[in-house]
Amino acid sequence: MALPAYATPAQRLWHYIYLTICALVLFFLVMPLIAVIPISFSVSPFLQFTPEMLRLDPEAFSLRWYRMMMGDCSDPGITTVCSDNWKTGAKNSLFIGVIATALATTLGIFAALGLSRPIMPFRKLIMAIMISPLIVPLIITASGMFFFFAKLNLVSTYAGLILAHTILGLPFVVITVTATLVGFDASLTRAAASLGGGPVRNFFKVQMPLILPGVISGALFAFITSFDEVVIVLFIGGPDQITLPRQMWSGIRQEISPTILSVATILVILSICLLTVVELLRRRSERLRGIRPA
Amino acid sequence: MIQSSQPILALKVEDLHKRFGAVEVLKGVHLDASIGDVISMLGASGSGKSTFLRCINLLETPDSGNITVHGETIGMTTDKSGRPMPSDMAQVIRLRARLGMVFQSFNLWSHMTVLENVTEALIHVLKMPKPDALDRAQATLDKVGMYDRQDYYPAHISGGQQQRTAIARALAMEPDLMLFDEPTSALDPELVGEVLKVMRALADEGRTMIVVTHEIGFARDVSNKVIFLHEGAIESEGIPADMFGNPESARFRQFLSNTLH
Repeated sequence: MALPAYATPAQRLWHYIYLTICALVLFFLVMPLIAVIPISFSVSPFLQFTPEMLRLDPEAFSLRWYRMMMGDCSDPGITTVCSDNWKTGAKNSLFIGVIATALATTLGIFAALGLSRPIMPFRKLIMAIMISPLIVPLIITASGMFFFFAKLNLVSTYAGLILAHTILGLPFVVITVTATLVGFDASLTRAAASLGGGPVRNFFKVQMPLILPGVISGALFAFITSFDEVVIVLFIGGPDQITLPRQMWSGIRQEISPTILSVATILVILSICLLTVVELLRRRSERLRGIRPA
Repeated sequence: MIQSSQPILALKVEDLHKRFGAVEVLKGVHLDASIGDVISMLGASGSGKSTFLRCINLLETPDSGNITVHGETIGMTTDKSGRPMPSDMAQVIRLRARLGMVFQSFNLWSHMTVLENVTEALIHVLKMPKPDALDRAQATLDKVGMYDRQDYYPAHISGGQQQRTAIARALAMEPDLMLFDEPTSALDPELVGEVLKVMRALADEGRTMIVVTHEIGFARDVSNKVIFLHEGAIESEGIPADMFGNPESARFRQFLSNTLH
């Protein structure tokens, strides 16, 4: 976005206003995430920048909220409720997230493969139903699931939560895999068939590796959806199903503890790492194959 | 069986019909290929040459007709809605492994290196042990002049090199019959020669080949039989000397003058 040498003063002025607006938008988006990080290292039990922190006094910083997050309640300075709930929540969120992602990815790939075949009847309708959890307001999906799952005795069970999160994650996988399949050259599976490969092996050895980028980004979206989902957990989860977002939700409502900010900081760092790793892997495989990013 | 009294043909195709919707693409095509035959199929685009080739290994399902590979006829039946389908998919898969196919657009797998493209079917279809598969793949790549490029990904080599790799991929299976579907049509003119050279060498080895091509020179000099298809039917066929020296079909003369002009 360099300014050409022949730009008029008005164009120059607009260029800098434009850059300022862009910077402000980015600042607005990122600032709440960044502000959280220093407060999570504060000694003070209040969610604010203390004057000592602003003077960068080492006494004003501590890891006590991180220790509390790990379930270490020995710190005498902690006045808020301290329990193992954060650890339990992290475990549950991971457990539910991983299984729901695996289910949503498997089912989503099958659905996308079927929906991209021309002989499939009612493709548009089925696609619309499949991606409806994205469109219908979440609270409606959640209350609907609550009444339906209650009849099946799935309320307050892990199975119920995993199923519900699978349904939420499915549209992401279906959409990304369908999009990748549009660009897939069917003559590559024809070549595999001409060499005597069976349909199942051809899928796993030829088609799957080539649509993998779509599968991975779909799975990633499904996982993130499950990992930060709170509405459905509030409806369907019982007392045992404490997940991280649910624990944060109740933490904010009952006691405002900086532990929430510690958790938030860790989650931000984890998401950045996850996205970076996936992006690096994707670029590496593209470089190897000599494919330029679209 | 009648066939037992005759020498077994590498391929026998009888009365092959195929239609796409309202268009009848193949109107009863016959073909006999003896072992060691190199058969060139010529014809204008849309004459059904490529469809015929794909029907031979059932990549397209023919509507009717018999296909016999080395004396083994592919069993056909119909599905619930009356469409033709192979009665035994395992037989089709087994026979496909004996019919090497080379495509117009190479169809190499872009996520595998040249070597991996060749070893894949050796390991997983022929169930060869990995070291043996590597040896055979490298020997085959050497034959087509791709030994030095075995660790490249398809996107990093030229079209001619990609097609030579694709030939090696089919050849490494040691097929009874090689099917070439316009192997040089997608290539830049200066790359056509290297691919034709490899195909010429295969013909000289005595391999049975069916080549759908627009290369009149190859058809004339290398093949021992030429078939000219016109609108889904065989318009004329014969040995190259007769076909090119004294074409009796007016349509074939027309085709030649359009191609050679």
